[in-house]
Amino acid sequence: MNALAAEGEVVYEATTNGLWFVEHAWVVVVLPLISAALILFFGRRTPGKGAVYGIVAVGAAFLFSLGVLWHFVEGGGPFEGSIDWFTIGPLHLELGILVDGLTGIMLVVVTSISLCVHVYSLGYMHGDERFTWFYVVLSLFTAAMLTVVVSNNVIQLLVGWEIMGVCSYLLIGHWWEVKENSNAAIKAFITTRVGDIPFMFGIIMLIALTGFTSTNIGEISHELGLGEVSPLFISMAAILLFGGTVGKSAQFPLHVWLPDAMAGPTPVSALIHAATMVAAGVYLIGRLFEIFLEAEQWVLTTVSIVAAITALGAALLAIVQDDIKRVLAYSTLSQLAYMVAGLSLGELGLTAGFFHLFTHAFFKALLFLGAGSVIHAVHSNNMSDMGGLRKSMPVTFWTMLIGSLALAGIFPLAGFWSKDELLVVAEEEHVYWLFVVFLITAVITAFYTMRMVLLTFFGEYKGHAHPHESPATMTGPLVALAAATIGVGLLGSPQLGAVFGQWVFYEEVHEAVFVPWIALLSTAGALLGLFAGYALYKERKAQDPLQAPMGPLWNVFQNRYYIDAFYMRAIVLPVRDTWSSSVNWFNQVVLDGIVNGAATVTRAFAQVIAWFDRTVIDGIVNGAGEGAGKTGNVLKHLQTGNVQWYAVALFVGVIALAVVFIELV
Amino acid sequence: MIRLPLVLMFSALLFSAGVYGVLARRNAVMVLMAIELMLNAVNVNLVAFAASLQQMTGQVFALFVIAVAAAEVGIGLAIVILLFRTRESINVDEVNLLKW
Repeated sequence: MNALAAEGEVVYEATTNGLWFVEHAWVVVVLPLISAALILFFGRRTPGKGAVYGIVAVGAAFLFSLGVLWHFVEGGGPFEGSIDWFTIGPLHLELGILVDGLTGIMLVVVTSISLCVHVYSLGYMHGDERFTWFYVVLSLFTAAMLTVVVSNNVIQLLVGWEIMGVCSYLLIGHWWEVKENSNAAIKAFITTRVGDIPFMFGIIMLIALTGFTSTNIGEISHELGLGEVSPLFISMAAILLFGGTVGKSAQFPLHVWLPDAMAGPTPVSALIHAATMVAAGVYLIGRLFEIFLEAEQWVLTTVSIVAAITALGAALLAIVQDDIKRVLAYSTLSQLAYMVAGLSLGELGLTAGFFHLFTHAFFKALLFLGAGSVIHAVHSNNMSDMGGLRKSMPVTFWTMLIGSLALAGIFPLAGFWSKDELLVVAEEEHVYWLFVVFLITAVITAFYTMRMVLLTFFGEYKGHAHPHESPATMTGPLVALAAATIGVGLLGSPQLGAVFGQWVFYEEVHEAVFVPWIALLSTAGALLGLFAGYALYKERKAQDPLQAPMGPLWNVFQNRYYIDAFYMRAIVLPVRDTWSSSVNWFNQVVLDGIVNGAATVTRAFAQVIAWFDRTVIDGIVNGAGEGAGKTGNVLKHLQTGNVQWYAVALFVGVIALAVVFIELV
Repeated sequence: MIRLPLVLMFSALLFSAGVYGVLARRNAVMVLMAIELMLNAVNVNLVAFAASLQQMTGQVFALFVIAVAAAEVGIGLAIVILLFRTRESINVDEVNLLKW
């Protein structure tokens, strides 16, 4: 792998203290991969069942990522390095790293949250029967996500992307003994697969753009920039790639898997289904942004519409959930849609969208880990079994309060800055309908956040377990993430120079602007949502106060707009009951018939060949052997053992030769 | 001076006598002696041609042949003695174990 650094080239001339880290960024990917292997092979024999490998490796990767980010803090430029992988005809594949500001940020996000989750799981998964396996998959997932983040070509990206999918499947179904969990895992896997198929075709189209010579993202973008490719072709590729985002980042209409994925252990929900994997879809758009910008306008419009539907629709569903993890899951859907919508706004939106991804990763991981801490204490996911926990779980309460306020977008926490930035960009790009959607979603977000906090931590305890504060391995990551939630927002604050925009940008740095009326409007919206939530949920009632006024709409919301039921009836059941039996018949009768027929013909033919082999070929071979033996039997009598006869033959020979020579000469 | 063809005739006769001895004699010692006859026929040829062509090469070669013949007879007689010790006979047609 050292060749990687040797062959690398610095795209822009720069010498910074972080340059060495950037040139060796592949180490960040390899560390968790090694730890996954170590845990798998030695985990059970190691004290602590192997978690220590994962924590040390991811911790080291986190420090290394900070080194990488430092390069960009100092104003360094992007770096690309690669080694040859293999070549198929003209198509040249490489293993490589492409490190720019976006990569630096993503590396820090993934490794820091992965580290928190690794530590947190020590407490949360304590005593689990598949504890070691859990850590194997956790480390493998981290490596896969980092592969996606650093990869400089679409094939490597696809490989990391699919490994993430497998890890997600394994972790959702971690407690597979319960049928619902394994169903959720299958649902997640198959639903994302529906998006991955167009994604794969999109990738093939991108490779086709280069005349099947390269998979490098930079070269593909360069090819696009030449302007020789028809816009329709680019648009098709872009919309197919967006399919991958829709699946992985759980956008409408493939959002159905994410709420069910909450069946997995809560640390997994925090890492994979809130902070990192689901953000990979957003990252994908950012990484291949050139393609989306070169495509026709309808592509980005489609992206906006899908994101807007998801943002609003998911936020509304979060209001009526009783399961605290599902509230957060719908919230995640809605916030991911914020990011996607942000990216659809163009170059300015890229910075804003990724800033939201950055801040959201921290506060949503914090909320999930906090929820996990609560669930750990009360042994139930349902908020109807909680209440009044602020006294028994003070650390969890305060950290979750910080996360909740950040989610609601209250100054000066992380969510305020990033949501504000998105609103500003929507206003600047004159996409007012999206501005309105953002604002309404923000109000609803504040509302359901307040509801969640009140139902969980205030009022009277309704459950039957005896809640207690979680161990330090769980509260430690909560405190660390809470500190991050307070801090990271300031990186994008226009008053403090908005340094985030100098790291993550498209083509050129844009000055972040602070628009006072938008900030006031969003704060007012958030406060409106919070107060509405407080007014409705300050007193706990047996029935949800929204149920009566919403009437039949309540049932629609409870059944998730009947989308899941529709998929079940229209796709899953017909496929399972009707199509599968006909496909089975086709397989049993037609395909097996062809296969068996081919086998029968081959057998008959083989028997002919066998006869030919036994009779003709063997006959020739044996005949040659026997012939040689018989000839030898006859000729051997020439060797009498009598030396004088030999001498006679010798002299006769000499005379004969002499006669021949004399006659010839 | 004796004429060359006469000498060649003589050596041819000598050689023929040797060939006959080698092929027809049963006694191994006689066979060895017949070989000596053949070698000496060759020597006569060498010396005769050397004299007629006024070159020394033939005579030198004849000396080499005499030396080699002496060594050959030494080994040959040793073999014959060993043969006699093991088989109590030196008839060459009885020594025919090395056959099919």
